[in-house]
Amino acid sequence: MMYREAICEALDEEMARDKNVLVFGEDVGVNNGTFKCTAGLREKYGDLRCKDTPISETGFIGMGVGMAIAGLRPVPELMFNDFALVCMDQICNQAAKITYMSGGQTKMPLTIRMTMGSGRSAAAQHSQNLHVLFAHFPGLKVVMPSNAADAKGLLKTAIREDNPVIFIEHKLQYTQQFEVPEGEYLVPFGQANVVHEGTDLTIVATSVMARYAEKAAIELEKEGKSVEVIDPRTIVPLDMDTIVKSVNKTGKLLIVDEGHENFGISGEIAWRTQKDAFYSLEAPIMRLGLANVPLPFSPALEMPLIPDKKSIKAAALKLIG
Amino acid sequence: MKAEEKKQLAKAFYTDMYRIRKFEEEVFEFYKRGLMPGLAHLYLGEEAIATGACQAIGEADYVGSTHRGHGHLVARGADTKRMMAEILGKATGYSKGKGGSMHIIAMDKGILGANGIVGGGIPIATGAAYAIKYKGTDQVVLCFLGDSASNQGSFHESVNMAAAWDLPIVYIIENNLFGISVDIRRVTKEHDLAKRAVGYGIDGYTIDGNDVFKVYETVGKAVANARAGKGPSIVECKTYRWQGHHVGDPATYRNPEELAKWKEREPIGLLEQQNLLTADEIAEIKKGIDEEIKEACKFAEDSPYADISEAYTDVFSE
Repeated sequence: MMYREAICEALDEEMARDKNVLVFGEDVGVNNGTFKCTAGLREKYGDLRCKDTPISETGFIGMGVGMAIAGLRPVPELMFNDFALVCMDQICNQAAKITYMSGGQTKMPLTIRMTMGSGRSAAAQHSQNLHVLFAHFPGLKVVMPSNAADAKGLLKTAIREDNPVIFIEHKLQYTQQFEVPEGEYLVPFGQANVVHEGTDLTIVATSVMARYAEKAAIELEKEGKSVEVIDPRTIVPLDMDTIVKSVNKTGKLLIVDEGHENFGISGEIAWRTQKDAFYSLEAPIMRLGLANVPLPFSPALEMPLIPDKKSIKAAALKLIG
Repeated sequence: MKAEEKKQLAKAFYTDMYRIRKFEEEVFEFYKRGLMPGLAHLYLGEEAIATGACQAIGEADYVGSTHRGHGHLVARGADTKRMMAEILGKATGYSKGKGGSMHIIAMDKGILGANGIVGGGIPIATGAAYAIKYKGTDQVVLCFLGDSASNQGSFHESVNMAAAWDLPIVYIIENNLFGISVDIRRVTKEHDLAKRAVGYGIDGYTIDGNDVFKVYETVGKAVANARAGKGPSIVECKTYRWQGHHVGDPATYRNPEELAKWKEREPIGLLEQQNLLTADEIAEIKKGIDEEIKEACKFAEDSPYADISEAYTDVFSE
């Protein structure tokens, strides 16, 4: 099924299972969601449970915080993760901290869905990948599925979490087809997925980059290079055990993440890896990310700035060629 | 209102206002003695608003507060021992010392929390109101906010949505005329802030915030409308804070004559002038509260700090 259908199924199943689950955001109701992830939910569950909001990110994300304190399980949608910048106070000063500041008097079962991804000529303000910002705040969990099966299972887990979860989907994947298991299943947080096994190089790749890295690894295998690809699936909590185990085996690490290269996720993973696998490393850790410029509009300028299968393969060969 | 009812209310009002006054005075004492970490934002002079408003709601209702929140919590019946302990950062505080004055939350009293971000609590209170409508109960939310918070975008967005969806919430603007040092009249054209209600399609009331009966009646009316499904309203209460923005702020940006005039018609004095209570009754109330607050202070001062391991808990709920 399509990635967006898997998201929709997760929402539908959780809303059917627990009457306290509701979705809201811009265009989620009558229009079925800008990316169609909430298709049919308003029809099935009614207006109160699938609410079209005005363009008021601070207002409705903050309302999500209040709903969570008052006993509901809100799942608001931010159309683009770029719009999270509009309401960062409610996410990072309020949702992230209220459980702590209250000394545990209240839970915060709030899941905020948002969309990342470059490569659609959406230009600088609609093409960012801001997961590192949320990962920096103690009190937020950050989830980045790389395929529909994980997306569905992780979203169900997120909704059942009593903590604020930033759930980041990728805009290029919504209409892609994936295998999704039948029946009820959850994917736990803090458990990376070894997408492709290998012995010569570890590639840690997030979100859609895991798919590109997988394709690169398959091609490299045909050329006699053995590459292990790890998809962390959740950034917070981050499964470093799987990554360290892999690097201890391969001795080489390439991190591929769609955030800007500077001051992003890759720096954090690199530090944690060298902390626990320093003596296994045979080469400096390499990374590929988005170029350190605001993303330009024209495809001729934008596309070369984004890591892809080709550039991942080239980087890998630099390490193990 | 019948005479007996009025007298009972006067007793309740006096008790709550005096309790707030005494509590805040003791907070100030702790500050002067160097026992209070950080800063507190005192409610002295504004007691009638929290008192009148909280008397107008029931146990099951919610209250959203601000950084100047001690008054709201005390009026709501929060435990003054646990409050004072929290303000001193002790393990016995509501939040084990992890929230402090600006973030006191007392969930068992329906207090959604004080908030350190001006305007930060308004959407949160509005979300609680949405939850009430969602669950179909007849609860309401009181959302306290300052004059200066009404200029935050969060106010506009929240009130607009509450109005659009008839949410059961009353927005109480505590207009003490200042946002730290900035006089609201210098940065806002329309000084009667409740007039903004017209723009949202709801009712707005501008009243004397130091008249506790007036606050009680007006908020009561707004609450009844909210409970009846008629949606939100704005109650703007004009008042004045006795001290600066925070403890230790000399407030040189204010006119001392203006303060003197407001002190002539401060909330507790105004209630006394109504002669609804005898001198003995007042003395008895004061005696009881003085004892209570003394105990709260002793409790707070004698309580230990939490172990450092406490700093690492409650980041997430298990």
